[in-house]
Amino acid sequence: MLAPALLWWAIFLALPMGLVLATAFFKGGAYGAIIYEPTLRNLERALDPLYVGVLWHSVWLAALTTVICLLLGYPAAVYIATRASARTRTLLLVLVILPFWTNFLIRTYAWIVLLNREGVINGALEGLGIVDEPLSLLYNDAAVVLGLVYGYLPLMILPLYAAIERINPEVLEAATDLGARPLRALRTVMLPLIVPGIVAGCVFVFVPSLGNIPVPELLGGGRSEMIGNLINRQFLTTRDWPFGSMLVLTLMVLLMALLVLQSFVLRRSRQVGVDG
Amino acid sequence: MGEPRRPLLAVYMGALFAFLYLPIAILVVLSFNDSKLATVWRGFSLRWYEELFRDTEVLLSIRTTLVIAIAATALSIVFGTLLAFGIERRTRSAALENGIYLPLLIPDVVTGIGLLSFYATISLPLGTVAIIIAHSVWGTAFAAAIVRTRLRGLDRSIEEASLDLGVREVPTFLRITLPAISPGIIAAALVVFTLSIDEFIIAYFTAGQTVTFPIQVYSMIRFGVTPEINAVATLMLLFSMALIVGAYLIARPRSPRAARPGEETA
Repeated sequence: MLAPALLWWAIFLALPMGLVLATAFFKGGAYGAIIYEPTLRNLERALDPLYVGVLWHSVWLAALTTVICLLLGYPAAVYIATRASARTRTLLLVLVILPFWTNFLIRTYAWIVLLNREGVINGALEGLGIVDEPLSLLYNDAAVVLGLVYGYLPLMILPLYAAIERINPEVLEAATDLGARPLRALRTVMLPLIVPGIVAGCVFVFVPSLGNIPVPELLGGGRSEMIGNLINRQFLTTRDWPFGSMLVLTLMVLLMALLVLQSFVLRRSRQVGVDG
Repeated sequence: MGEPRRPLLAVYMGALFAFLYLPIAILVVLSFNDSKLATVWRGFSLRWYEELFRDTEVLLSIRTTLVIAIAATALSIVFGTLLAFGIERRTRSAALENGIYLPLLIPDVVTGIGLLSFYATISLPLGTVAIIIAHSVWGTAFAAAIVRTRLRGLDRSIEEASLDLGVREVPTFLRITLPAISPGIIAAALVVFTLSIDEFIIAYFTAGQTVTFPIQVYSMIRFGVTPEINAVATLMLLFSMALIVGAYLIARPRSPRAARPGEETA
């Protein structure tokens, strides 16, 4: 029963991952050839300030996206989770998820239509006489973060909702009845209970944001490059696969560090839940 | 528990839905605009839809994507259902239980690059078959996760009764278990199918010269803003929504849900 799927994954998931890992330590030859001689050259190159800069920029944009999604998503999750009727809750949830089921590229494209120089927003601003010259709203970091937030916000709201919905409202009431101010009740009672939801939402948003290719490509226009674009170029344009593999490996190491951090946060929050 | 009244939060919710839906709504409206410019409304027209249906490249890419999605869904359902059954009925391994979500945690770009390298190494030509395999890798994980929840809700005594009465394992699975979990399987199929139709990054790396629908959309967007994409967006929106509503209707629990504490007094 287990064998077919596990075998399938061993061949088409584990082997490819192992291959990338190995290729990262081989030399890249002319015309995209791979020279099977072990080397650390790719690692040295990946640590060049130029590439570390792109990596750092990607982490920064993905982190910013995650924080904005958390800030935007939290009130929404609270609102949905505290509706009394199950029907309303389901309807609101469906409304949150629906945009997520429309093609990601098309949702990204929608922002080009809105933000470009002849776009909807510039047209409206000029029509209202607020600006004389169209504003450059596209091709910057802000546009990239906007596109990522727009793309992944539902992935933050869902786990937050799931965590909040499970909380017994009487716990909060007990806290306020015992004299805790609403904000304090929120911080000391509610927050520890929803940490798992926050952590899950952050991982769901951060991971696809960090490795994203189309958003920085289409909304950043090459002026806000992320690690995914760099990897893309190594494989399809420059054809230096060993170096590209090293960049993929860097991305994987970063994400693994994130997962370790996640389990650490979860363990701590559980301890807080027991102690306090 | 009474419905909490929080007008500020309700206004916020309205604004959030506006943020989520306005960009898409604008595309839908513009798809019926006779003008090529996004800022000028020149009247209702179906010309972009006409152009779309005359565009043989687009039509071919839709065909390719449907073939890939159907094949990838079939593979994913077979592997995923077997995996879900194995995990629920044959093992108590926690590592395996969590392990099935692993393919969903790997970023698309990593999966895409890994498979691109692997296909090059084993000389499997890039294109339709390569993408089908790629999509079945995460499709299996999704299918297993969805079918599992259905299996867990299933009363085991029915299967046990069948086995006790001397029916062999495989006929029991085919006649008892499979029909009982079929709503889960259908829902999983719809989800995997929808995701496969939309998937861009992995297909982009493993497609070679093959053009799937998302790849076609991507190159259209890169080429420049054209209202034809608005028409594409509107049609895709309708299609995805029909699939999702279908999945919801099929997978929705038939029995009235157990009321949560406090619900009755609402």
